[in-house]
Parts: sequence; structure tokens; C-alpha cells
Amino acid sequence: MKLLSYFRGEAFQRGVHPPSCKLTADTKIRRLPFPPQVIVPLSQHIGKPPRPVVKVGQEVVRGQPIARTDDWLSVPHHAPVTGVVEFVGLRPGMRGPWIDSIVIRAHPGATQEDLWGQPQDLSDTTRDALLQAIWDTGMVGLGGAAFPTHAKLTVPKQAKVHTLVVNGCECEPYLTCDHRVMVEQADALIVGIRYAMRATGAVRAIVGIEDNKPDAAAAIGAALQRSGPAPEGDIHAELVPTKYPQGSEKMLIMALFGVEIPAGGLPVSIGMVVNNVGTLAALGQLLPRGRGLTERVVTITGPGVARPGDYIVPLGTPLRFILDYAGAKDVEARQVILGGPMMGQAAASLNVPVTKGISGVLVLRGDEAMRHEDRKIYPCIKCAECVESCPMGLNPSTLGMLAAKREYDLMGERYHLGECFECGCCSYVCPANIPLVQQFRVAKQILREKAAAEKATAK
Amino acid sequence: MAIEIRSAPHIKTPVSVETIMRHVVWSLLPICAFFVYQYGLSALASILVVTGSCLAAERLFAATGTQSGDIRDWSAVITGLLLALSLPPAFPLWMGAVAGFVAIALGKALFGGIGFNVFNPALVGRAFAQAAFPQAIASYSPSFLPGRFTEFVPTSLAWPLMQPADLMLWLKDKQLDALAAATPLAKWKFEGVLAGAEELVTSLSGHMAVGPSPALILVCGIYLAFRRFLDWRIPAAILGSAGLTAWLLFALSPDRFPNPFFMLFSGGLILGAVYMATDMATSPVTPKGMWLYGGLIGLLTVIIRYYSGLPEGVMYAILLANAATPLIEKVTQPTPFGKSALARLGQAKRGASYPLHPGYISREDAGAVTPKKRFLPNKPKHPPKE
Repeated sequence: MKLLSYFRGEAFQRGVHPPSCKLTADTKIRRLPFPPQVIVPLSQHIGKPPRPVVKVGQEVVRGQPIARTDDWLSVPHHAPVTGVVEFVGLRPGMRGPWIDSIVIRAHPGATQEDLWGQPQDLSDTTRDALLQAIWDTGMVGLGGAAFPTHAKLTVPKQAKVHTLVVNGCECEPYLTCDHRVMVEQADALIVGIRYAMRATGAVRAIVGIEDNKPDAAAAIGAALQRSGPAPEGDIHAELVPTKYPQGSEKMLIMALFGVEIPAGGLPVSIGMVVNNVGTLAALGQLLPRGRGLTERVVTITGPGVARPGDYIVPLGTPLRFILDYAGAKDVEARQVILGGPMMGQAAASLNVPVTKGISGVLVLRGDEAMRHEDRKIYPCIKCAECVESCPMGLNPSTLGMLAAKREYDLMGERYHLGECFECGCCSYVCPANIPLVQQFRVAKQILREKAAAEKATAK
Repeated sequence: MAIEIRSAPHIKTPVSVETIMRHVVWSLLPICAFFVYQYGLSALASILVVTGSCLAAERLFAATGTQSGDIRDWSAVITGLLLALSLPPAFPLWMGAVAGFVAIALGKALFGGIGFNVFNPALVGRAFAQAAFPQAIASYSPSFLPGRFTEFVPTSLAWPLMQPADLMLWLKDKQLDALAAATPLAKWKFEGVLAGAEELVTSLSGHMAVGPSPALILVCGIYLAFRRFLDWRIPAAILGSAGLTAWLLFALSPDRFPNPFFMLFSGGLILGAVYMATDMATSPVTPKGMWLYGGLIGLLTVIIRYYSGLPEGVMYAILLANAATPLIEKVTQPTPFGKSALARLGQAKRGASYPLHPGYISREDAGAVTPKKRFLPNKPKHPPKE
């Protein structure tokens, strides 16, 4: 099969093949019990944080809006549990600094049924009303970027969208939540795809799935058989050769259509919108019932977890509660990572809650972290492995040497640092153990600050 | 439970600098064994002394803080083995030790150690030996001498700082043809005698002054290329360009120039192409640059071999290309994703799973305008001055 896909043509150039480590690919999605307390950070995405509409001491039911917003790039939040608002104020955030949050104590006796939403019929609403309904669900991209979904599905006036690309690659090692969602919630996914097609005006939808998940493609095919032809247009599921970072929208479009999105452009510039399967499956469940996003599927996995699996987790559940439940207490954990091992962020503390953008909780034991990360750092030996693996076609070797000399301007101007999307392939392959992508993150941040300062002085 | 905070990625390939260097050393071992089989005790002593001298120099400079790296990364072993393989097997041992020290001191430590060197250290050592000991480096003893495993070739055991004994006299004593002590390249250059094809490829015929077998080197190189510890583009470019240049000249005047096959398989071209030119620190990192670099080496090798007073040209060709590497890298930077001609034209490459535009949309309909990037606007190339 591998040879065949090789002769069929590369999905996209370069990239890497990390060991997949999908421990939980065959276990069904289970439900996590409700924690005694949930913490809902107000700022979980790009845009202004929404403002809270509940007071301390107020009773809330599951699904009730607790924060609203007028900013188009922000989304409302809904109460993940039935209970009482205990605190509104600063709580530890996932990056370390404390951020504004709403803390709700769950009623121990509550059935935790979602009582708020009203079933709604969206079969012949206008596009704007559909987008408004999507906005009201508080949906953001569940793949990790947490970009508000209604904003992503809004097509700019001068552009036209013909294709909806549904991203079911899940190229990160360990993570299986999208895989399980495709297998178990394929019907909801089809419903969500049809809503997204209507919101964007797309006439075809293509689900891109890596070929290590043939059962997901089969499940989607079966669901398509059941639902019959969609009035919005054709829906296909397509297997693409497995390679990291295929989950990046530019790489997936390259793999499916063989076209490069021009540098600095968005997929909409070639008439496409990319959405994650998890997002659309959740949309397919929430929209007809008129509910808000109160829970998501999270992969809890890694060598440090006794009972790994994909769990439906109420948003705001603290990591400590999850890890205790999944059995990470008795093993020596050294790193808790939110997301996958290639791009995920290390949790600053175990009091951090699960937010809308967290697709996995990965617990690495001390020994692996030791083996991989405490290796000696050599000078660059110019082996060119990073150049051979950078999916964006950059030259991380030269960029790394410039970063060590703090030549940030040169990196941005001559060596296209702005194109780097921090997939981490260069650091992954570097035999000299140079923290390449980590340096590029710093460099990009400094260049952004510099540009912002220049803009401020120009005004 | 104490947790650590690190920046992604949190996993890493098990391949490290030591892994790469160790594999190169392993792949060199069969070649060294064959070299010892050809030349016996003298070759073995030469390999041990030169490598030992390189390791001692590396240890000295690493301990004094002059250079990065350490002998544990195996890179000095590679330098030593390659230097020993490129020197005549009966090279006086003290000269070999000096060449090994110079290779590390001037070729590596001077620039700051592993990764920082501009020139291949083994070739720096050999260039020094060529300049300092021209007599000794030109006297190659014949392979497969009887009794090679029991006695040294006398030149090997020259006293430190003394000139070695005359190899020709010793060969005459042993009733051997003195001509056997010239390399095939020198024979062609100075006497117009071409060696046969199978002799060149296998190095198995006796009484010829040749280095390790090119066929064996190619096999070891292919192993390294498959394990991705060596970039296949560089040897391919060198052999391609040298073969093409030699073939062109051969086609122009077959009686003045030897056939391209002789060019490729005689002398140190195969060893240089597979092991010396592919030294990671001194070759370009860009794929296009590798082709250019290899092409340059092949061309220079043939020119030096044909038109200079020297029979061999691989060493100078590689050193010159090493010097050109920073410039080559500068002009062959890779094109980033989304900036290629394909992206500018908006054309899809062939073999894609789906057509870019669904058939039922007219191209005019789908020809959407590129909207401005909304959140992180691109910096204008030439900011308007007001």
C-alpha cells in the first residue's frame, strides 16, 4: 500500500513520520463523570473575551449562557454543569498567567440533563440566520486552534466558496478523538457538514482522512448511504497518505487538490473553507437542538495514563480530576501536555481546566521525556534533515543559526520566517537536538512586537 | 506530582549526531578491512596511527576548550579513517601521525570544532601531507605483495623526522616490477597505459597500486544513503558531472583522453564522492545547492586531472567546492510553500485526487479574488514613504 501511494504521488512535499502511538484508536468514546467544580475561562479563543452575565451565588442549569459577547470574533459560553456560580475572577490559565474565569460548583444531586435549548428547525433559514445560530452555540474550531466557527464559515463579500474541506487527518501522534468521532458520530458529522455547506454556499464537501484510519472512511461512507444524497451537493470521504503535518489546512489542500495556497493567503482565496471533523460533528448535534457547546471529546492518553481513552469531558473540568479518573495518579508523570506531542502545550499546573480548544491530554513519564529532551545539544552539523522535512520549504538550519545570533530582522526578510507555522518537524528531526522551532517562536514573537511598535509610532 | 513545562515538540527522533557518525564509522569498517587485506600490516598500522593521532588531537583541543564536541561523537574517527584510506598504505607512520594532527588542528579545531569547519578535515590533512611530503605521498606500494601480513613495507617504519627508505630499491630487491608502484592514474598520465575495467572496479588484481575497491565503497555508500545518513544527491551529482565531462572530452578526441569509465573508477573519485564530499558540515544544506556543489566537484576533478601536472584532482576539487559552499547556499535557498510558480499561477500539480474546481462551477464563477489576510496582515515589501 505504501509503495502504491508513493507512486500515486506524494501528498505534499517533505514532512515527517513520527511513530503514531495511537493507543486509543479502538476504544469507544466514554463519558467522564461530572467534576465537583468546573472553571470556565472567559478567553478561550482569539478575539475579545465575552463578558459574564451571571453573578456569584446564582443558580445555573446546564447549557445556560453564562457569558455573552458582541464581538464577531468571540463566542458566548454556556454552563457545563447544573450548579451554582461560586466565583467570578482570576484563576490559573493554561499558559501560566491567571485569567478571568467563572467557577461553578455542581449540584451533587442534579441529573445534569441539558435543559436549556429549544429544538429549532433550520431547514429553510437564510445564511445569516444560520451563521447567527452557529454563533449562539459558542462553537470554535475543536481541532486545537479554537478559531470561532461562525467567523470561519463567513465568506468574505468579494470571494466565492465552492468546496468545503473537512479535516479528518489527525496527524498528531497519540490523539484519536477525531478518529473516534468519525467512527461513532458519522451521522452527526454529515448533518454538520450539510449545515456548513449551506452557511458557506459550497457545492461539494470532501472529508480528508489519513490512510491509517480506513474504518473512519468506511463509517462515513455508510452514514452517507443511510442519509441519501444531500441537497446541498456531493459529499465524499477521501484517504490521503499518512504524514505529519497533514492536519495543517494548507498541507491537506495540497494533498487533496495538488494546489499551493499562495503565501499569506487563506484557503478562501482559492474558494475553499477547511473545518475540523470534531467541530462539524458537534455542530450537527447541537444545532438542531438549539444547544450550546458544553462538552467535547478529549483523548486522554500517553505512557503515564493507566486507563487511556477518548472521553466526553465537560468543559472546565480541571486536569487533576481527569488524571485521577484516568489513573495517572500512581505513575510518575513528568509532563502533562494539552494537545498532541508535536504542537501541544505543556500544562502550567494541574488546576488548569479543559477548554474548547484542547483535543488531548497527554501524560509523558519521566523516562521518555528524559531520553528525548535531555540529550546534549551540538552545534548545527548541517545534515540538512530539517530542510528535508520542513513542509513549508524553509531553511531551518540557516534560520536556527541566525536565531542564535539574534538576527531576527534578517530571518523575517530574507528567510521567510513568517511562513513558519510551528509544526515542529525541524526540532523533531534535528540530530544535534537544537531547539529550532522553539527559537523561531521567540523570533516570531519579537518580530510581531516590533511590527506593532512600528505601527503605533507611525500613527 | 511535579510536572515540567517545556516547549513543543515533546517527542524526538532517536537519531542523534552520535548515531549518524557511528553509522558512518561502521560503514567504513569493511572498506578498511579490505584495505588491510590488500596491503597487510603496513595498512593496518597506518589506519591505527592516523586515527589515534586524530583522536588525541581532538581530545587535546576539546579539553583545552578550543573546540566544541568531544571524541565521544565519533567524528574524529571518521576523519582519521578517511585520511588513512586516502594516504598510500605504506606512508611513513610518523608522517601519518603529523597529518592526522594537522587535519584536526587546522581543519577542525581552528574553526571551532564539529559543525563549524569550512573544509573537510581529512582533506586538509591530506593537502598538508601532499605539500609537506610530496615524495612519500607519491610512492604507492603494490597491493597483494607476498608476505604482506608478516612484514612491514620499510617506508612505513621510517624514523620520525627522517626521510623513508627508497621504495623502488626495495621492490627491485623483491624482484617486482617497479611500474607496479604507480597508481593507474599516474600510469595513464605519465605513460599512457590504461588499466582494465574489472581491475579498477574490484581492485582485486594483484600488483596494482590502487586504493580500496570502488565497488565496495559504492555498496557501503548505498547503505548509508538508504539509512539517510548521507545525501545521495551529492555522489550522484559528482559522478554524473565527472562522467559527463569526461565523456564529452572522450567524444571530442578519443586518443587524447581516456574513456569516462576509467575516469570514474580510477583514483580516489569514488571515495571522495561517497565519503569526503558528503561531509555534512562542509556541504550545502539546500537540495538545489547539493546538485550544484556536486556538479562543481565533478567538473573540477576532470579539469585538474586532465590539464594539471598532478595525476589526481579529487582533493583540490572538493576543497575548492567546500570554500564555495556558503555562496552556493546563499544562491540556492529553497522556495517556500506558496511562493512557487505553481502557486502564483494557481495551477494544480498533476496527479491530485480531485480537480481544483468542481465541473459544475464555471471557471469565471470560481475565479474568486484573493481577499486580504484579515488578522496578521502581510508586511508590505516597500513601505510607502510619506
